[in-house]
Amino acid sequence: MEHLYEMLSRVDGYIYPNEIELHWGILIVLYPYITGLVAGAFILASLERVFKVKVLKPTYQLALLTALAFLIVAILPLVSHLGKPFRAYEIMTTPQSHSAMAIFGFVYLWYLMVVLLLEIWFDYRRDLVLWSEEKKGFWRRVYKILTLGVFDVSPKTVAWDEKLGYIVTVIGIPSAFLLHGYVGFIFGSVKANPWWSTVLMPVIFLFSAMVSGIALVMFLYMVVSWIRKVEIDMPCLDEVGKYLFYVLVFDFTLEALDQVHRIYEAEESFEILHMLVNGKLNITLFVLQGLLGTIIPLLTLGFFRIYKPKEKIRKTAYFIISLLILMGIFFMRWNVVIGGQLFSKSFLGFTSFKLGLIGGEGFLMAIFWMLLPFCILAFLLWLLPPWKKQEVS
Amino acid sequence: MGAKRINKSRRRFLKKSVVAGGTILATSGLKPFSVLIFAAKEPEDTLNPWYGIGIDIEKCIGCGMCAKSCKLENDVPQEPFYFRSWVEQYTIKNDGTIKVESPNGGIDGFSQSVPDNEIFKTFFVPKMCNQCAKSPCTQVCPVGATYESPEGIALVDEEYCIGCRYCIQACPYGCRYLHPEKKTVDKCTLCYHRITKGLKPACMETCPTGARIYGDLNDKDGELSLFLKKHNCQILKPHLNTGSKLYYNELSAEVR
Ligand code: SF4
Ligand code: SF4
Repeated sequence: MEHLYEMLSRVDGYIYPNEIELHWGILIVLYPYITGLVAGAFILASLERVFKVKVLKPTYQLALLTALAFLIVAILPLVSHLGKPFRAYEIMTTPQSHSAMAIFGFVYLWYLMVVLLLEIWFDYRRDLVLWSEEKKGFWRRVYKILTLGVFDVSPKTVAWDEKLGYIVTVIGIPSAFLLHGYVGFIFGSVKANPWWSTVLMPVIFLFSAMVSGIALVMFLYMVVSWIRKVEIDMPCLDEVGKYLFYVLVFDFTLEALDQVHRIYEAEESFEILHMLVNGKLNITLFVLQGLLGTIIPLLTLGFFRIYKPKEKIRKTAYFIISLLILMGIFFMRWNVVIGGQLFSKSFLGFTSFKLGLIGGEGFLMAIFWMLLPFCILAFLLWLLPPWKKQEVS
Repeated sequence: MGAKRINKSRRRFLKKSVVAGGTILATSGLKPFSVLIFAAKEPEDTLNPWYGIGIDIEKCIGCGMCAKSCKLENDVPQEPFYFRSWVEQYTIKNDGTIKVESPNGGIDGFSQSVPDNEIFKTFFVPKMCNQCAKSPCTQVCPVGATYESPEGIALVDEEYCIGCRYCIQACPYGCRYLHPEKKTVDKCTLCYHRITKGLKPACMETCPTGARIYGDLNDKDGELSLFLKKHNCQILKPHLNTGSKLYYNELSAEVR
């Protein structure tokens, strides 16, 4: 309770008496962030598979496994944030069809079970069989189990794997769109909150998801190559950079459009949002999300479209840009989730948000949830190393 | 010639019936879909009560008895951050600026901090759940823990609520809070446990001036209907179309 009394001293203007506590904290910021990384990474992977952008091959499996690692974690911060986490299953057993959040559970499961796991399985099945033959003891058994009992590696069956995997990816693209578009809808459909309530929200979330997912794979590809001490495939990296640029242009346009629209319409809530943007969100919105996370990467990537400096410079630039973008999109989520709760629904005042260091909703917890997918990814890369896959002759 | 005309009118008739049939089909086809989108219920049976609330702002003296009795009656935490019902003091200054205050929800009464000669007008606005007929809170609850009773009262099932707080975000009026001990959401029930026994809600029982009334909107001769007939009443945030059933008379445009 103490912290609430302390908050009381940091309230400006008038807020409703129940509004002193911010209900969705950093864990809820992580949830759309991580989900976005999943959708983005998957869409990058499907560029290679469905749209036959062959130069992207070196990142294909990496992108898929990244999507899986982050998807496994995506829902955990959400569950741990609930007042009654042990009742979380109720979302699946007694869902309300008219609740955006309830439907998300199904979209999530569909995506995890039907799309991602299946695609990875079809892609790796042949290798799993081969690996199970190479290994001994425990790991041999693990790989055997992972084949789900299908040991046939005749060219015909492998061709089928390929075909089915392709179909799953084709289904996967709209599913990835749905997954993140839906997260945007959870916020966009809250009519009580003018900062959230916009039809563009699902689309903005989708494009920012693609931006962050592509940046993540770019970053991981460079790091993994460095750890494995192999040369980075520059044409591939340049191609990823190209797509990143295009998607970033779209994302920036959409967000700018949304803001211009707000300013032009200047509805009842305009004044308070104006104060919010220029006050409490000043740094996170203009500096971290806007300048560092969007404008600088946009200009650099755009510049690379016209003029290509030396490889070494490009590499360093891509590395820095991917990190900047990852940070920028994190703050985009932050500005949406936290920003949307800083002003009162009375439109007459503000509360503030203070991130604690420890505790279930604190900074350290957030770091934990953020590091976990990287650990899972490391394990997945060890279990299913893309570089040990054998080309089908 | 005649045959042609008949043909024409028949064609027109056919066209019309196709259009009519199509519309009926389309709307009936959309009906189950609307269930997906709205949680709203209408009073199905006009014989059942359909509760609403009326607040006579002119009568409210800002004593805070309603807010206090609500906390006592409903086990609302005594700290100042949890309310099912509270009172706001609005002061419109001569320069047009608005000052709103609700220290501890108005439970301990109010003091006026603006000097008299600067005040254009001042009044109290008691607030509570609007018992919305198209309640955004019910719409968003993922597990159906927030629901509408047959009498049109929005309630929370403590045994079901998972504490996701989506409903708190969705309520435009700030009427919900997370109970710090129960870790589930709580809100005004219009003292459901009392009104179903024929008693008045606690806040109405204690209001010394009778500024608050509740009643059955289906009962056209009831107290609430008479109040609505006699006064020009308004609801809060009408543009949000929440179907609010909390009616204020003499509500100033400044109130949100
Ligand atoms: S006032 Fe808020 S809590 Fe009450 S019914 Fe309306 S939306 Fe729900
Ligand atoms: S907090 Fe409880 S009542 Fe509110 S939406 Fe979540 S589950 Fe429903």
